[in-house]
Amino acid sequence: MALKISYFAWVRERMGVAEEAVAPPDDVATVGELIDWLGARDERGALAFAEPQRIRAAVDGQMVGADAPLPQGGEVALFPPVTGG
Amino acid sequence: MIRVSVGPGAIDVAAEYAAHDAGGHGASASFVGRVRGDDGLSELFLEHHPVLTLAGLEELAATAAARWTLAALTLIHRVGGMAPGETIVLVLASSAHRGEALAAVEFLIDRLKTDVMLWKRETFGDGRVGWVEQRDGDHERAERWVPGQ
Repeated sequence: MALKISYFAWVRERMGVAEEAVAPPDDVATVGELIDWLGARDERGALAFAEPQRIRAAVDGQMVGADAPLPQGGEVALFPPVTGG
Repeated sequence: MIRVSVGPGAIDVAAEYAAHDAGGHGASASFVGRVRGDDGLSELFLEHHPVLTLAGLEELAATAAARWTLAALTLIHRVGGMAPGETIVLVLASSAHRGEALAAVEFLIDRLKTDVMLWKRETFGDGRVGWVEQRDGDHERAERWVPGQ
């Protein structure tokens, strides 16, 4: 599956890039599984996703939970809890 | 009239208020959020999403406009780097009576802190840099506004 992922705040800093195209294996079907896959992929992923419960996600512009399905060819944003206002 | 914006420019509260309220509203309520200079903070940086931050603010404004009878609503959030004392966020709501205007302002500032893609990074005079953590109390305040409660 081809996906575009964008990262924000300290997730972006730890990943070292603001966005990237990835092609996870077929058994990675949900946002939670994507986070686990990125965390196991390399050292920067291990650093960024060491605590998956602290990661929030949006799929194609909508905030979603860890069990949300990944969009084929779509966009996933991964970021820490928001702190605006 | 709903006005929503997000950008790096300084927020001119007086000018925004004048644009919001040309007169004739029975009640206008406001919230102005400013950068605190606690612990020797030298800069606050607000990171945002190029599309979804504005979309999130617009969705909140539409929710408030549907829930309360508002004659005018202004919601402006600054992003990028700013110094202590500068305005980060401005919320203005006008209605015929104070109850709806005050409730809409409180709803918007509470939900802004949990629902919109914005992240604060602090830089201090001694060189420390760190991302602000969400507070537990932020969610408790935001959840008071769930429909039906």
